[in-house]
Formats: sequence, structure tokens, C-alpha cells
Amino acid sequence: MTPMTKRPGGARTASAVPYLFLAPAMALFTLFMAVPIGYTAYLSLRRTKVSGLGLGKGSRREVFAGLDNYTATLADGELWAGWLRVLGYGLLVLVVMLGLALLFALLLDSAHVRLARFSRIAVFLPYAVPGVAATLLWGFLYLPSLSPIRQVLDVDLLGSGTVVLSMANIAVWGGVGFNMLVLYTALRAVPRSYYEAARIDGASEIQTALRIKIPILLPAIILTTVFSIIATIQVFTEPTTLRPLTNTISSTWSPLMKVYRDAFVTGDLYSAAATSIVIAAISLVLSFGFLRVVRDRAFGEG
Amino acid sequence: MQRNRLAVAAAAALAATLAAGCSGAAQEPAAPAAQSSAPAGPVKLTYWTWVPNMDKIAAAWNSANPDIQVTVSKQAGGDDAAAKFLTAAKAGNPPDLVQAEYQMLPSFVAADAVADLSGDVAQAKGEFGEGIWGLVTLGTDAVYALPQDSGPMMLYYRQDLFDKYGIEVPKTWDEYAEAARTVHKKDPKVFLGTFSSKDPGAFVGLAQQAGAQWWSISGESWKVAVNDDATRKVADYWGGLVKEGAIDDQPYFTPEWNKALNDGKLLTWPSAVWAPGVLSSNAPKAKGRWAIAPLPQWGTGENASGFWGGSSTAVAAKSPNRAAAAKFATWLNTDPEALGLLVKEGAVYPAAAKGGTMLGEAPDYFSNQPDFWQRAAAISATARGFTFGPNVNVTYNAFKDAFDKAVQDRSAFSEAVGKMQEATVADMQKSGFQLAQ
Repeated sequence: MTPMTKRPGGARTASAVPYLFLAPAMALFTLFMAVPIGYTAYLSLRRTKVSGLGLGKGSRREVFAGLDNYTATLADGELWAGWLRVLGYGLLVLVVMLGLALLFALLLDSAHVRLARFSRIAVFLPYAVPGVAATLLWGFLYLPSLSPIRQVLDVDLLGSGTVVLSMANIAVWGGVGFNMLVLYTALRAVPRSYYEAARIDGASEIQTALRIKIPILLPAIILTTVFSIIATIQVFTEPTTLRPLTNTISSTWSPLMKVYRDAFVTGDLYSAAATSIVIAAISLVLSFGFLRVVRDRAFGEG
Repeated sequence: MQRNRLAVAAAAALAATLAAGCSGAAQEPAAPAAQSSAPAGPVKLTYWTWVPNMDKIAAAWNSANPDIQVTVSKQAGGDDAAAKFLTAAKAGNPPDLVQAEYQMLPSFVAADAVADLSGDVAQAKGEFGEGIWGLVTLGTDAVYALPQDSGPMMLYYRQDLFDKYGIEVPKTWDEYAEAARTVHKKDPKVFLGTFSSKDPGAFVGLAQQAGAQWWSISGESWKVAVNDDATRKVADYWGGLVKEGAIDDQPYFTPEWNKALNDGKLLTWPSAVWAPGVLSSNAPKAKGRWAIAPLPQWGTGENASGFWGGSSTAVAAKSPNRAAAAKFATWLNTDPEALGLLVKEGAVYPAAAKGGTMLGEAPDYFSNQPDFWQRAAAISATARGFTFGPNVNVTYNAFKDAFDKAVQDRSAFSEAVGKMQEATVADMQKSGFQLAQ
């Protein structure tokens, strides 16, 4: 940090200035991040204790539970089954979505492309559709008697085996545009002279894409991967919105759905708090773990 | 870096203090309703409800009672409304009055969110049938709410298509199963009915008809019998029909279901008295073709029904104006003027006994059955009582998960009932409720 230049007015004002600038950010951080997190951590250590019938005054108390909620959460097979389901779904979404995003970005950036503006907007547009609306829209397309798809293709799109694919399809449809835009923007920043040099050396479009563009894009690809990992861990909208339409999605299909169910359906705020802290820890480990693994490769000397 | 860490530590310390402050406030006992005896100026009450046009009904009260003014706040119904009220009660700022579905009332009582009105509304007891009254007392001496509407179940069926497929209105569930097979054989695209794994309320109504009692209170402990014989019988009956493919397995209230109703692909719906509203908006094409009959019975000579849905008016435990709120709730649910308004403006089927006389002309959708309300009232009188427990939400959630799976796997529905029992008991034990064996 560079030392503050002293002004006539005294050292006191000068030393207070940085804090003054920091204050709004600090206040907002405290109010909307630190306090809720602290309160969640506090709640996760408590539980209700009912005595007798649980009716009438004072029969329900909040007591300290120690780590009971955490042990229950970690021992809950349904939660881990949820993680497995999300893992399968996440792998599918990550690979297909980022693959398509990369493909579209490269196509749009290639030398011979027509209708570039139109295609860019067309690919990006689904991202602007809110998740719930997108899921309902697709949900209607999946329902047997309403779906035009079903008239051509006789597959139960909401069956126990296919529902994951149907959900992944919604996420891919909504997410490709955003990731494509990130990658495309990164590509546009690459000096054109690299490509010219490659062309002079006799590289084809495909060789340029594989040997030059993708290595240059690596940091952007990693960034979008981290964002996508976080987003898939938090998958909630798609299964929750599809759930009333099919009997293949349980109330604990994804870990976040379990938190919602515990907190607002079965009314156990305390175990919901514990589960959400476990989820936060796992997403932290996963995203930072991924970053750590790829950092050296992506950012060269790191 | 150093500075950053310091900030985090400071924030954490602050969070801890705040959290401690919050919990301190939460544990303080609610202030007693001291000022209710001599209110200064008009008492202002807020009322959370999802009955349509309740603001008009409240306006009628407000103009007649300048000293007690009620403000209606329109809510979305269902589980979300219950969660919202419980959260508000926990946070210490609930509305004075709240619409409470019967199955949610015990959860509200267990969370100490609603007041015991036994001192304020004792005279209202005679206005209601015994089965309904039991839903708001939970079988205790307390009165936790005033019944508003009820949902006695009956069989809705497509009159024209029954003629077309040559089937009689089934009197027993055996006849219903037989009719289901006949219809589906004649046209494989058509089903007599569907089993919904998303609507525990409908299932509990059918179980009530068979005589199920999922919860009961004996002395100071709860008895839980979600998997009693009656419930298992009902479950396996439907499970059998789903397994052999005689009826459909799609949930109610989906676009798919609407379309089936509208296109005449579903011929019956065992539903409650509020169904005309659903049918007229979801299956407008079939207007004038549906009719009602009593539910099929389990044995010949029996005549019973159950309730699906229905709600009551409760007063929040933290309301400083309990007496005034109870006065309004009594007026709303027992006064002839209010009942008339509930029927006319709110499209409510009143729980009060004299509410039946308020219902004159059949709903537009049922113009083919001019005595709709008389039939409904006769069926309503046969509905069996039921006690809901303090964790219905857990049981209902277990229903959805277990029956979703049972429908998927075509496994025995009585096993799903067993899972509901396990989940319910496990939750009650975890919370510390006293359970009788």
C-alpha cells in the first residue's frame, strides 16, 4: 500500500479517509453477508425441544443442540444420493454446455461467417429467459399430450431415466449463450496478427482454432467452468418447477431442494441451516479445488 | 491481507452479538393482551387470507363496526401461506387474523403461533357440526380457530360419457374398479380416473371415508396411526388399479390433467365441494356435462365421506387485540350476513350449519344438476371427523415422495403408507413429542 500524502488538515482526517471509503462496502457486507451467515451458523447449532403434546404455551423451546444437526446431515443417505444425482447432472451439463459454448464462440469468430450478429443474439437470447419461465416452457414441451416432440418421438421425456436429460437440456439451453459470450469476448481481444501469422505458416481454420485459439482461451474456459460448477451445485429451479408435472423428482432430488424442504415444508429451520453450511463448504472445496488443480496450467507461472 | 482478516473477525464478532440479541428477543414471553379491555381509538386488525373478495366482506364489517377496523391482506394459498405465517409468527410480527387450513392448524398450535379462543368464542360451538368443530379443537378443551369452509368429498363424473360407455354411477369401490376396467377396455386412451401422488389432501379424505384416524390424543401423548388398516386398504385399492393399468397415474392440477378433463379422457374425479371452481376454469369445454354423486362406499349400506381441504380463521398468539379479532372471526363465520357474503363474494362453501341454506342456485358449470347444493349438503352430513397432528407437513411431504416412487416402481402402496408412518413418528420423536405406543 502506498503511504498517504499528508495534507494540511492533519493526519487524523487522512487516516480516516480510507475507512470512510470502505464504510459502505463494509456495512453492506456485514448486513447482507456476515450477519446472515453468522445467524445461519448459530441456527445450525440449535433445535426445538417439544414437551408432552406440544400444544399450548411454552411446550416448545429452542435449545442448544451441539453438532447434532451436522451429524444428522452428514449421515443422511438421501443428501448424498442427491449429491450423486447432481454430480451426474452437473457433468452432463458442464460438458455439453461448455462444449457447445466453445464451439459457437469459435464458429462466430472464424474468418468466414455469415449472419454473425443474428446468430450471436439467437444463441444468447435463451439466457435472458428467467429459469422458471424456461423450465415451464420446456415442461409443457415434455408433457405427453401437449408436446409436439412426443408426436414424432415416442419417449417418455419425464420418465425416471430421462428426466435428468430433460433437465440438463433446459440448463444447457439457458446457459450456452452466456458462456459463449464470455468466450467470444475473450477471443475478440486476441490480436488478429496471431491468426495472420498462423495463416502464413499454412495453418487451416481448424488448426488455428485448436492450436491457437483454445490455448489462449484457457483462462476464460476455466472461469466459465468454475461459474458453471457453482451453478450446477445450486441446481434448484429446474427440478422444483418440473416436480409438479412428474412423479420422478423427489422433494430431495438436489441438496438445495432438501434445504428448502427442511426449512419451509417440514419446518425444521435448524437442520436446514446445518445442511446449507455443509453445501457451502462442499461448493467451496469443489470450486477452489478445481481452480487449484488447473491454476498452474492455465495461468502459466501462476 | 492483514486488514482483510481483521475485518472478517470484526464482522464475525458483530454477527455473534446480533445473533445473541435475536435469540434473546425470541425467547422473551409474548406480552399479555393487557390493553384489549379498553382500547383507545379504533382497534386496527390485519387479516391474511386468500378468499377472493374478502376485502369487500371486511368492508361490510368495517362500516358496521367503526371501533374495530379490519384490513385484508391477500395471500397466495397453500403450503407457502402456512410457511409465511409461521415465519412471521417466529419473527414476532404476525397478522392479527390468519386463514388456516385445518391440516396446518395443529402445526400453528404446536409452534405457539395461534391463540386459544375458548374464552371468546364459546357460544359459536353450536353453529358447527361435530366433525368440523373437532378440527379446530384438536380434541382438546381449547378452541384454536373458527371453522370457515369445509371440503366434503364426492364423486364428480362425466354424465354424458358414462352413458356413452354404458356404465352406471358406481355405488361401491368394487363397482368403481369394475367400471374403470370396462372404460379402459373400450377405449385405451380413456381412463375412469387417475391416482395423484401429489395430493396428500385428497388421499387423506379418501382414507377418512374408510375410517382412518392418523393422529389421536390420549392423555398427554400423541398416537400416530398413519398406517392403520383403513389407510392401507385404501392405498392398496388404488395401488392395485394403478398397477393393472385400469386407471391413470398422472397428478392432478397439471396442464396434462386439464387437457384430459377437457377432452373427456378422464371420466371421474373424487374431489371436494370446491371442485366446480377448478373444473370451470380448467375444463371449460365440458360445462354442463359433469354431475355429482356420493363417493363410492367400501361396503353396501354404508354412507360415509371425508374432507379434502377447508380452512378456518385463527388469531395470532402475539396479537395484542385477541378479543376484537375473535369478535370479527365469530361474525365472519357465523353471522348470516357474513355467511351470505362468503358464499356470494368468496365462492366459499361455509362450514357453519346454517351456511347450507345460503346456497341457492347450482353453480353455472353444473346447470344440468339444479339440486347441486342440496346434494352437496346431504353428502357433507356424512363426512367423518378427523384429527390432524402437529407435523402434517412432514407426513404430507413423505406422502409425495413415497407415492411418487410407488407409482414409478408400481410397488405396493401400503409400503408407501408405511414410509409415511415412519417419517411422521421419526420427526415427532426427534422434536420430543410424547408418543403413545
